[in-house]
Amino acid sequence: MSGLAAHLPALQVVVPLFAAPLCLLAGRAGLAWLIVFVASCLATATAAGLAYQTFQHGTLSYPLGGWAAPWGIEYVVDTANAFILLLVSAISTVVLMYAPASVDREIRQGRRHLFYCMFALCLTGLLGIAITGDAFNVFVFLEISSLSSYALIALGGHRKALTASFQYLVMGTIGATFFLIGVGLLYMMTGTLNMADLQARIPAIQDSRPVLAAFAFITVGLALKAALFPLHLWLPNAYAYAPNVVSAFIAATATKVSLYVLLRFTFTIFGAKFAFLDLPLHWVLLVPAVIAMFAGSFSAIFQRDVKRMLAYSSVAQIGYIVLGIALSSAAGVAAALIHIFNHGLMKAALFCALGCIFHRIGSVRLEAMAGLGREMPWTMAALVAGGFSLLGVPLTAGFISKWYLIEAAFEAGLWWLVVLVVLSSMLAVVYVWRLLEALYFKPVPEGRAAVAEAPLSMLLPTLLLAAANIYFGLDTRLPVEMAQSAATILIREQIW
Amino acid sequence: MIDALPMPPAFILFLGALLLPFLRGGPRAAVALAAPLLTLAAVWAVPDGPIATVDFLEYQLTPIEGDRLSRLFATIFALMAFTGTLFALRQQSRLELPAAFVYAGGAVGVAFAGDMITMFIFWEVMAVASTAVIWAAGTEAAYRASMRYVLMHLFGGVLLMAGIVGLVAETGSVEFGPMRADGVATWLILIGFLINAGAPPFSAWLPDAYPEASWSGTVFLSAFTTKTAVYVLLRGFPGTEVLIPIGTYMIFYGIIYALLENDMRRILAYSIINQVGFMVVGIGIGTEMSLNGSAAHAFTHIIYKALLLMSAGSVLLMTGGVRRCNELGGLFKCMPYTALMGTIGALAISSFPFTSGFISKSMIAQGAADQGMAWIWLALAAASAGVFLHAGIKYPWYVFFQKDHGLRPQEPPLSLKLAMGLFAFLCIALGVYPDPLYAILPYPVDYVPYTTGHVVTMLQLLLFSGLAFFVMLPYMKRTLTITLDFDWFYRRLFRLGARELVDRSATAHGAALSDAEARLGQFITRIFRTHGPHGVLARTWPTGSMVLWAAALLALSLLIYYR
Repeated sequence: MSGLAAHLPALQVVVPLFAAPLCLLAGRAGLAWLIVFVASCLATATAAGLAYQTFQHGTLSYPLGGWAAPWGIEYVVDTANAFILLLVSAISTVVLMYAPASVDREIRQGRRHLFYCMFALCLTGLLGIAITGDAFNVFVFLEISSLSSYALIALGGHRKALTASFQYLVMGTIGATFFLIGVGLLYMMTGTLNMADLQARIPAIQDSRPVLAAFAFITVGLALKAALFPLHLWLPNAYAYAPNVVSAFIAATATKVSLYVLLRFTFTIFGAKFAFLDLPLHWVLLVPAVIAMFAGSFSAIFQRDVKRMLAYSSVAQIGYIVLGIALSSAAGVAAALIHIFNHGLMKAALFCALGCIFHRIGSVRLEAMAGLGREMPWTMAALVAGGFSLLGVPLTAGFISKWYLIEAAFEAGLWWLVVLVVLSSMLAVVYVWRLLEALYFKPVPEGRAAVAEAPLSMLLPTLLLAAANIYFGLDTRLPVEMAQSAATILIREQIW
Repeated sequence: MIDALPMPPAFILFLGALLLPFLRGGPRAAVALAAPLLTLAAVWAVPDGPIATVDFLEYQLTPIEGDRLSRLFATIFALMAFTGTLFALRQQSRLELPAAFVYAGGAVGVAFAGDMITMFIFWEVMAVASTAVIWAAGTEAAYRASMRYVLMHLFGGVLLMAGIVGLVAETGSVEFGPMRADGVATWLILIGFLINAGAPPFSAWLPDAYPEASWSGTVFLSAFTTKTAVYVLLRGFPGTEVLIPIGTYMIFYGIIYALLENDMRRILAYSIINQVGFMVVGIGIGTEMSLNGSAAHAFTHIIYKALLLMSAGSVLLMTGGVRRCNELGGLFKCMPYTALMGTIGALAISSFPFTSGFISKSMIAQGAADQGMAWIWLALAAASAGVFLHAGIKYPWYVFFQKDHGLRPQEPPLSLKLAMGLFAFLCIALGVYPDPLYAILPYPVDYVPYTTGHVVTMLQLLLFSGLAFFVMLPYMKRTLTITLDFDWFYRRLFRLGARELVDRSATAHGAALSDAEARLGQFITRIFRTHGPHGVLARTWPTGSMVLWAAALLALSLLIYYR
């Protein structure tokens, strides 16, 4: 490798990072959008290039600024984080294609270029978390992405957006602090922050109390950032009151990146033997995951604000992902990664479709959406595709997720878990159905003027995401092969 | 991959469904009638063995694999699609026929599915399309029934899927062949199949939903879902003994409820469960004779049940929606043709000699006899009498004969008459000359239905149960003239000593159901209290308590890890 190709790991983060101040300088919404969009396209291309390189050459290591590994910060790319990088940057690009019309409607003039600036920072943070091979650097990027997303959420038009953002700020900071305390304890015990070094040094001291404490702080902190039940309480409001573009982007990526870090720490740094054999992490994850599957879905059923409904559905879906992690087998981790990818697709498609609806009728409450099915047929087609994918109907991406998750549970011999997964997936039928029922079977509310289809600039990206839900239900090679190879890389020691 | 293949039969119907919404009048009728016929031709063009493979996940799928069993079921499904379409040509709803095409296509797809994943995909297509057929009726009751219906089927679907995944994980193969119900995975599959067959305790979806469809929709519904379930049971679980008691329960459940029922199409819906029960018993017995019997019975049952429902649908259409037995009657005078068709269907379902029911059901009984299963044989014989009571006499008697209630409907239009005539002809033709059907059964047939003993036994059975019906008619009639209140109906019937047992079981069942319903209501209220928008799990929490949770979880983790 030579030239540009060798520096792809740095470019992955640097390009969106530089886009942020440029937006500020640009000062105008249109130009700012163009800068972020180009940066995001470049990031996607970079991620694709990195994914290709990891397939060709295996794990890539990139010393940032030429400082060699244990002293300097090292970026490490293997299939696992290449997969996450690809998901985050691709979703960001599609969501940005969709953004201009939506942002123009929802965000006050004069703040729009700031919005794009924050968006670029958030993207930088998420990509940075995924790519870095340095534990402290994860914290830095975690804070970049979090701080920018607090600002993004606060830009939401509703008064409650501020409270939602504030709560997220408090909770997110606690999560990040827990993580930082954990990393600090590890540094104290091992004298290194490099992930590979940590991995080598922890086994010798793994029974010491600080390491156990570090493990607890890191897992709880990440569970909070990933919104695992019962630490999900910040999520529904944050998703519900954020601008629609932000909901779509964050719902599809932010919690997923935290889950990736959880995978990286438990399986690679601490090691599956330590986490699941010496310590009962699988129970610590499994119980909340199962409760999340049910509590999240039941709460979703009774919501009348569809964005909140989808937010609770995310809580349940995160339960499925954590369930895959808790199985602590290669199949389970692969299932979790596949669902991370597919759930990103579903939620992006659904939130984008809701954004289209909001754009036209200014509300996403069930009663306001009644009878829209005939008036916005294309948006509804996307909503139906996303909803079906969420249900796991065959030939959609969701089906693939469900298939691998159930297969992993069977492989672990936990058939009662299969029954729970199946039962909770029936709950999804109920809330998705409530949505479709309102759209197609309820009469149009009195006094609502005729509604036009969403503008093309919003509709096309939405349909693209919807189509992706179907495409990845048919051609499963990309997510499945990447997830399976990522799972074998992440799990360095097979324990079952 | 797919190349240079005969057209997959299911896709002809799907294509038809895509075209229909864009057509009107003559061309619509032409396409609607041609598609099932082309499908039929395509069904017979499928050779034995797998003819195409597709890669999906890590497995190789065989979307089309022909054998005798597949072809038998696909044939009757295509034939049914044709006749049902002919009957439904005058249906006003523009949704029903395309939905029915997708539904029939799904059934044909299941019949040719060479692997479990393809089977499951078509299975779910059927669930969704059949729900659309029910909606197409356009009434509030139909909408509600379709919701209950689709929930039940999606529930069956997820069980089935979980079972398939488990089995595939265990064996590494997606092939759809005979299985043994000995593990969690295969049990889940079996339960998934049985839910669609209308087996207990999931029978209620069928009589709940089918009669709410339109006058033509019910005809489609009666044919595909339960018979596809019979097909997959035949392929997947031949000789699984637990099917014998399940099937027997279904047989008697159907009879008892049909006898208590007043809605003419609901009577026929219960009788579907009863008839499928016979097939399930045959599959459970598992000999070549009984499996042949089940397959043949599925074939003939689709024909005569559709005929019965077409006659009921004609009455419904021409009377403008009268569906209760106590409001009908005496229609043979103004609708003689429809009455004749209904009567032929009724005779066939009662397996009267020289009708198609006789030559198929007797094979199942023969299978039981060959295996020395005396109790099963007796139960089947008793049930045959019961079938005659509820479907063979009760239905035509109350709808077409008995005292007239002043209705003077006309005969239905020509296309409806033609559809009924075609199936009535088949009912009798197969009864008189069963060889073409026997020739396409899955196993070689060495069976002669028309022996003197057999015919005489059957006639005696039918005559005596017929006699019993008319002897007890005053009791039934008195209840029926006032009825509609179910409780009263039960209590009145209580006086019939002969029926006491029957009645008790029915009330117990009813009481258990209403009890369960009440509990469900309580359960939902309780969930709403905790999960509703203001419930503890869904309201916005003060930031302090959120933090408390984080602290609690951290403390708990530390405690667990430190030990």
